Amino acid sequence: MRLLPFAISAAITAGLVFTLSNQWGPMPPVGKFLSPQYGFWQNAEPAGENFDADLQIPGLKAKAEVFLDDRLVPHVFAGNDHDLYFIQGFLHARFRLFQMDLQTKAAAGRASEIAGAKAISFDKEQRRLGMVYAAEKAVIEIEKDPTSKELFDAYTSGVNAYIRSMTDAEMPVEYKLLNIQPEPWSNLRSALLLKMMAKMLSSGTEHDLANTNAKSVFLPDELKRLYPQVPDSLVPIVPKGTVFETPGIVPVAPATADSLYLGRKDTVNAKEISKPDINNGSNNWVVAGSKTASGAPILCNDPHLELSLPSIWYEIQLVSPTSNTYGVSLPGSPFVVIGFNDSIAWGVTNAQRDVKDYYEIKFRDNSKQEYWFNGKWEKTTLKEEIIKVKGQADVIDTVAYTVFGPVMFDASFSNELSGNRNLAVRWVAHDPSNEGYTFYHLNRAKNYDEYAAAIATFQCPGQNFIFASKTGDIGIWQQGKFPARWDRQGLYVMPGEDSSYMWQGFIPQQENPHAKNPERGFLESANQRPADSTYPYFIPGSYITPRGITIENKLAAMSGVTVKDMMALHGNYFNTLAEDIRPLLLANVREEALHPESKKYLQLFRDWDLNASPDSKGQTIYQCWWDSLEVEIWQDDMARVVPETPWPEEQTTMELLKKDSALIYIDNRNTTKRETLAELVTTALNKVSADLRKKELAGKLEWTKFKNPSVYHLIKDLKGFARMGLPVGGNGNIINAITHSHGPSWRMIVHMTGQTEAYGVYPGGQNGNPGSRFYDNYVNQWAAGEYNKLWFMHDGDRSDKQVKWIMKFSTGK
Amino acid sequence: MKFLTAIILTALTGFIAGTLSFSPWWGFAVTSLLVAVLVHQKAGKAFLAGFLGILLLWAGLAYWIDVKNNSVLSQRIAHILPLNGNSLLLILLTGVAGGLIGGFAAMSGSFLRASSKK
Repeated sequence: MRLLPFAISAAITAGLVFTLSNQWGPMPPVGKFLSPQYGFWQNAEPAGENFDADLQIPGLKAKAEVFLDDRLVPHVFAGNDHDLYFIQGFLHARFRLFQMDLQTKAAAGRASEIAGAKAISFDKEQRRLGMVYAAEKAVIEIEKDPTSKELFDAYTSGVNAYIRSMTDAEMPVEYKLLNIQPEPWSNLRSALLLKMMAKMLSSGTEHDLANTNAKSVFLPDELKRLYPQVPDSLVPIVPKGTVFETPGIVPVAPATADSLYLGRKDTVNAKEISKPDINNGSNNWVVAGSKTASGAPILCNDPHLELSLPSIWYEIQLVSPTSNTYGVSLPGSPFVVIGFNDSIAWGVTNAQRDVKDYYEIKFRDNSKQEYWFNGKWEKTTLKEEIIKVKGQADVIDTVAYTVFGPVMFDASFSNELSGNRNLAVRWVAHDPSNEGYTFYHLNRAKNYDEYAAAIATFQCPGQNFIFASKTGDIGIWQQGKFPARWDRQGLYVMPGEDSSYMWQGFIPQQENPHAKNPERGFLESANQRPADSTYPYFIPGSYITPRGITIENKLAAMSGVTVKDMMALHGNYFNTLAEDIRPLLLANVREEALHPESKKYLQLFRDWDLNASPDSKGQTIYQCWWDSLEVEIWQDDMARVVPETPWPEEQTTMELLKKDSALIYIDNRNTTKRETLAELVTTALNKVSADLRKKELAGKLEWTKFKNPSVYHLIKDLKGFARMGLPVGGNGNIINAITHSHGPSWRMIVHMTGQTEAYGVYPGGQNGNPGSRFYDNYVNQWAAGEYNKLWFMHDGDRSDKQVKWIMKFSTGK
Repeated sequence: MKFLTAIILTALTGFIAGTLSFSPWWGFAVTSLLVAVLVHQKAGKAFLAGFLGILLLWAGLAYWIDVKNNSVLSQRIAHILPLNGNSLLLILLTGVAGGLIGGFAAMSGSFLRASSKK
């Protein structure tokens, strides 16, 4: 009987096929993945790939053409706006599908579907923060206006048209690695992407939970000193001396504020799991014609975000009868976010304002169906969240919605310690708004008035919109929807048993800090407080002071400014904070008490040129020494706050020491003797020099080696898709704000001459496919401080030699 | 001669299977089996022919794709898998993975033919 060997052999074959078709642990389905006709090899784009295409797509209204230049930047020429954004959606999906899909899934709290059980807490937090709730409200707003609805619908149709046309083999390699499928696009997903940006830029700018703990230990005067609202050295966005209007709204503190709020000593254990990076920020500035060599304004912008491959930005030119705009877009959303058109240029930085507060909720019982509000039990709206988890059963979480917003923390979240405290979150991002539509209008604005009108509806995340026009105007608005707060309202968790602590209104839009055509001929913003203490509102936030000072100093000293000067300024490594701190350290260090190693590092520090350049050893020594000194000063004081509190800003520490070298916090509370600043400074250096020695032996004393600047893939574990060890310097508080994996995600310079002259670069490439030569082709340029000349194509350029490929779109059946 | 014919036929039909939109990625296992039924050889030889046929097909295609791609993707994947960034190892692994399935499928075909004769 020969059937047995056949059966065994066939079973082995089937077993192999089965084993290699399925995912085991973190491994992809190996057989399918390796198959040259189905798997990852299909994503290996030939270096000479021809991107020409003739596409018949149902849903388009007319013919359209996309001209791709040698950098794979699409110049879209469409006969109407519907087709314009349809094609933008199609191109985003063609080149960035995985990123759009992943980011919006994560925004919606669906990361566990991909990452498994380890992402459950993240997903719960996203849902409890009300990310989907916020996006659903935005969709209602988007679809209220017929034009807006048409354009978002067109974008969504374009994305889905690409997804439908894609074969399995063409699916981005990440899907093959993770063994998942792309999902259809929707307007809700575009809204989720914008809410992801809102979280990134306006959710980490408050520290209410930690501040509440600090309040339980420190006295009100101490709090003001440790966490000041206006730094001494502040150079605000709106030039000092600007006269502000009489406030249109004057919020009044409730009668119980002192007893129930400011004077209350209590602690909260609840903690956010995925707090956005404190370095999320940006620079932008504009120089008027009076200060430039050409007489035309120059506008610059570099948004600082987590650097990733594929990049958060996608370059595009969008041309229709109503618009001709060039700039960067966010894959997942229509329009150009930062860019220029025939008449104007604009850029954005983050406002850093606190627009999110917590209210303590009293539930009637564990069912969370009722809560105490204004003297009676009110019904909550309970939303059941079903979290699908890869490799295990669904997790169900119930979130209660109150008049304030969703109850983010309660007995079932975030940890066993949150206990019986129920905290509802009030966040401007929950309010109905249509931020995308701002960009639709801004893309078409022709002058200052149209720019100001376009941005006036922008609500969250608050941004500093900088502006220049060909007619010579320059301007800036800090635009957003900002609550009008009474003094210290919302710095801490507020009582939520009645309406008395609710926001009483918003700062009228016209009163948002702004400036136009100042005498001095330039404007800038770099995440600092927008106005000095004469601004008539209480505006807490997570401001960053030093970069604005550096930019202000540099621009003030310049004249006859050229594009080259602006490139140099983008790449500037000067450390303004260190310039203030170095004299403090040098005046206090006691050389006789230093170890021999420490003396060597002291000398290097003394000789340092104050630049955080890639090869700088002084910057490394400075940063380590200063960090060590901060520990010596604050550790004992801050440890009093349980479970934790934000430490005073570097800027604050420097200003406190400058004013008072006998600052009480210098003394270590845990020792009987009284420490002096000189002792601390000396000890700090001695403590850190052993580490510095180790770094030096490992060849990592140079700043760039020390911080290992890297651009990771969106899935950080895929190190093979990352670019690590980039030879760049900088730091978060330096103009060239590169930290380990964070920094200028797009650098743009626009010279408003007759024929607009523009330059830009981002650390990535136009094609999100790691198998393409366009995946990371700008990374080296970006690291070297080089730019691409941005080709603002005109109708007559269709046969220009810069056109490398043409994608022809026409209506299909 | 039979051996060489089997190898070439296995590679050829495996390739065709991979171009058919309705075929799953393992379509070549079916064609490898059929080739071994048609071109009958002893089990061991059939295995070897199936193995080599698909190894040549997969490694060959991978190599061809890799050259056109300047190894951009293979180097990245070979860091993830992990093969120390070695593209050639990845091509070899590709060939062996496919080859094993092709070999066992062909051996099954050989046994099937043998059993049907009796």
